Amino acid sequence: MSLNSLLFFLFAVGAIATGIVMITRKNAVTSAVFLIAHFFCLSALYLSLQAQLLALLQILVYAGAIMVLVVFVIMLLNLGAEEKASETLNIRGLLGITVAGVLGVQLLAVFMARPSGHNELPPIATSNGTVEALGRALFTDYIFPFEAISLLLLAAIIGAVLLAKRHLEQVEAPKNISTDDISVQHQLSDKPVH
Amino acid sequence: MPELLLLILISLLKGGLVLGLVVLPGAVVSVYYERKVSAWIQHRIGPNRTGPFGILQPFADVAKLLLKEDIIPTDANKGFHFFAPLIAVTTAVAAFAVTPFGNYIMVGTTRIDLAVAPNINVALLYVFGVGSVAVYGITFAGWSSSNKFSLLGGLRSASQMISYELCMGLSVIGVIMMAGSLNLNDIVKNQADLKWNLFFQPLGFIVFFVAGFAETNRAPFDLPEAEPELVGGYHTEYSGMKFGMFFLAEYGHMVASAAMTTTLFLGGWQLPIPASVLAPIGLVEGSIVLGLLQFGTFFAKIAVMCFVFIWVRWSLPRFRYDQLMNLGWRVMMPLALVNIILTTIVMAFLR
Repeated sequence: MSLNSLLFFLFAVGAIATGIVMITRKNAVTSAVFLIAHFFCLSALYLSLQAQLLALLQILVYAGAIMVLVVFVIMLLNLGAEEKASETLNIRGLLGITVAGVLGVQLLAVFMARPSGHNELPPIATSNGTVEALGRALFTDYIFPFEAISLLLLAAIIGAVLLAKRHLEQVEAPKNISTDDISVQHQLSDKPVH
Repeated sequence: MPELLLLILISLLKGGLVLGLVVLPGAVVSVYYERKVSAWIQHRIGPNRTGPFGILQPFADVAKLLLKEDIIPTDANKGFHFFAPLIAVTTAVAAFAVTPFGNYIMVGTTRIDLAVAPNINVALLYVFGVGSVAVYGITFAGWSSSNKFSLLGGLRSASQMISYELCMGLSVIGVIMMAGSLNLNDIVKNQADLKWNLFFQPLGFIVFFVAGFAETNRAPFDLPEAEPELVGGYHTEYSGMKFGMFFLAEYGHMVASAAMTTTLFLGGWQLPIPASVLAPIGLVEGSIVLGLLQFGTFFAKIAVMCFVFIWVRWSLPRFRYDQLMNLGWRVMMPLALVNIILTTIVMAFLR
């Protein structure tokens, strides 16, 4: 067995194990941590496929930015270990299991249909995953999707700012304050009250 | 595959050497350095009882921390409480894996690069990736202690680090454009003959350095552990060596940040003497003496940067939370963007 397949099995098993642990934990923070561990396993898998940039971006974007925000929100909401999902099987659960089963069978069918036995990378793969190669591809062959996604992200950012700002103005807008109230007057005028 | 085994063996050896000869002594020395410099700034003498000039003070500190009782709060989430300091130390140390300490030396016919993992195509991104994971150490420490002060400290730190990571990332884009590479050794080589990025990218340097303060959680950005309002911040509930690990992580981050600033803006291991002067006296690339000189130069530069870190900590007051956020989003980020645009324009005209 070559080193590559050894690393693949190590991290593939790791990825699956952390994935399973992540969906079975009841504590939201524990789940988040195992999701981060899962991202690290995925990153190692990308590295073993010579996709260096993708591996680093997986850590930088998912483990380092998105999951930080997720953990942040979980902590702000302060969901304790007591927060239990309903244990009983309901319609939603059944539906979920059915959809997951169908997806699983489809995936299995696709992988079974492919010829197996290729565990060596084509030689071009070693130079394909570098920053230079990916950048060149993005700015030549894939320039339209690249620009389209940039535009989409820009629109999303502007939308997020707009939504946040609108909410802010509503909160800050002066309400009907009776100016007779001496303490309010104090706050509004910002001068000492005698 | 003996070649691969040899490579792994050499890398492990280099990693051990860096850990044992650079990172740990670096942290120990900077503890002493900080005590002495702060004393000098405040017109005190500083430690002078433990050994000559108090140089054994860091060892006394470590002994004290090791002998203290390790207390875990009853309500704490034990696993997270245990792992948080480990994450903090690991991320502080991990950045040194790609830091070039020198160019290379030739021993016989074998070329030994003076870095644990030399010439990595995405080294700079790796440094940022490690830095972004460092948030978890502090966040989990704050959360797992089940203490409101700790939690607030952890949350503050998370938002602070997210905000400043952005500025940090944007501020180095000028450097990347000039070097045309994310490989740290290439970036250093691009700064040969005193053509340091500091002179070409002053704006980028300022933004990067200020963001470095925020990333290391040191004053004036040490809000996560602001004593008057948050007691000890995220490490309120830590004692003994676990607290010591946060302590070690803080100094590790400081040295790592100084190393990164040196590599990106101060010419890294480049000697301040042009190669055309060095070559005639036998100091050609690959000679062991030059390698050692480069190593020494790198550390002299790091020592200067660490001095600035300590200097700032003991002379500036702490920011208020809203001031910190305003500085990050309304001053630093636009400045970094301006730097990118200016660099692009200048480079386009010089081409």
